[in-house]
Amino acid sequence: MIFSYYPGCTLKNKAQDLDRYARLSAEALGFTLEELDEWQCCGGAYSMAKDEIASKLSSVRALNSAKAQGRDLVTLCSACHNVLKQANADMAGDAEFSLHANNYMQLDEPYHGETKVLHYLEVLRDVVGFDALKAAVKNPLTGKKVASYYGCLLLRPGKVMQMDNPENPQIMEDFIRALGATPVLYPYRNECCGGYIAMEDPALAQKKSTAVMESAADMQADCMVTACPLCLYNLQKNAVTNSQVPVLYFTELLAEALGVKG
Amino acid sequence: MSDFDREQILRTSGVDVLKCMRCGKCSATCPSYDEMEYHPHEFVYMVEKGQIDKLMASKSIYKCLSCFACIERCPRGVEPARLVEAVRLQVIRQQGKNHLRADDIPALLDDDMPQQAIVTALRKYSK
Repeated sequence: MIFSYYPGCTLKNKAQDLDRYARLSAEALGFTLEELDEWQCCGGAYSMAKDEIASKLSSVRALNSAKAQGRDLVTLCSACHNVLKQANADMAGDAEFSLHANNYMQLDEPYHGETKVLHYLEVLRDVVGFDALKAAVKNPLTGKKVASYYGCLLLRPGKVMQMDNPENPQIMEDFIRALGATPVLYPYRNECCGGYIAMEDPALAQKKSTAVMESAADMQADCMVTACPLCLYNLQKNAVTNSQVPVLYFTELLAEALGVKG
Repeated sequence: MSDFDREQILRTSGVDVLKCMRCGKCSATCPSYDEMEYHPHEFVYMVEKGQIDKLMASKSIYKCLSCFACIERCPRGVEPARLVEAVRLQVIRQQGKNHLRADDIPALLDDDMPQQAIVTALRKYSK
C-alpha cells in the first residue's frame, strides 16, 4: 500500500531520525511513504485568523497534490499534521476561505478538502492495526516503561483533528503496548511544553518543559516518546530536572521493536 | 482608531464575544497565565468593551503558546486564542511593527534548534 507523504521542513534537517525510522518501519509493515514532489513548508503553526490565506496555500498545494495522486496523505511531525488537517478542514467547510484559496491556486479543478490526512500513528492504528503491529514485533520492549507525550498539536482542536479523545487519549499508549512495552500515564501528557515560545521567551519554555519532564519522571518513566521535533528539542534542551528521562521519537522505538533500527 | 481595530479584530478572529459566560476556564487552563498581563478571559471582555488600545500595547499578545487548550476547553465555543492572535495580527500587520525581524534570528539559534521553531516564530511574530 502506498501513501502520499509530507515530511515537512524539520524532518529534512534536525529531525531526520523521525523520518528515517518511520520509512524503515513502514516497509517492514508492508506500506510505503511516497514523498510528494516539491512540497513546501507548512509554516509550522496554523493561523486561526479568517483572513490569513496566502500563508496557508503551501498546505493547500500539498493537499491537492495528494488528491491528484488519489492517495491519502500521511504526516509525522505533529505541527505539519496540525496545520495540514486544519487547512484541509477550512477548504472543506469554510466557503469564504476556500473561495479565496482556490482563486489564488488556479487549479484545473477547485480543491474542497477531498484528501484524507492521516498521522502515521493513525495508519498504525486504523490501517495496519495494533494487533498486526504486535504480531510483527521481533524485539518486544518488555519491561520498558514508556511515557507518551501528546503535547498540544496531535489532539487539538479535537473537533478538527479527530484523532483521539483530546482529554483522555490512548492511541500512543496502545501503540506502546503493541511494542511490548508498558505505557506510563502522567498528568502532563497532553499539556503544552511551551516549545513554540523557545525563541521568544526561553525562560517560559524552560518552566513549561520542566513541568512536563518532572511529571513523567514522578511516574517512573524510563523514557518518553513524542511525534513532535519541537517538543523533543524543548524537553531535552530546556527542561531543568534531576531525572534523566530520555526523549525519543516514537518511530525510533517502533524501528527497534520491529528489528529494523540497524 | 480603536473602533476600526475592534471591528477588524472581530472580523479576523470570527469570535462572538457575547457568547462568553465568564466562567474563566480559558484562563484557568492557559499555560501562559502567569506571564500574561491580560488573561484569555480578559481578552474576550476587553474586546467586547472596546478596550483595544490596552490589548494592542500589551506584551500578553506575544505570550500565547498556540496550544489550543482554551479553544478545546471553552464550554461556549468562544475560543479566546483566536482573539489573542487577531490582536497580535492587528499590531504586526502595521508597517514597521514586526515583533521579530529575520535579522534577529541568528543570535537566537543554537545547534539543536529545529527548523520548526524558526518558521513558527516568523509566522507568529512577523509579517
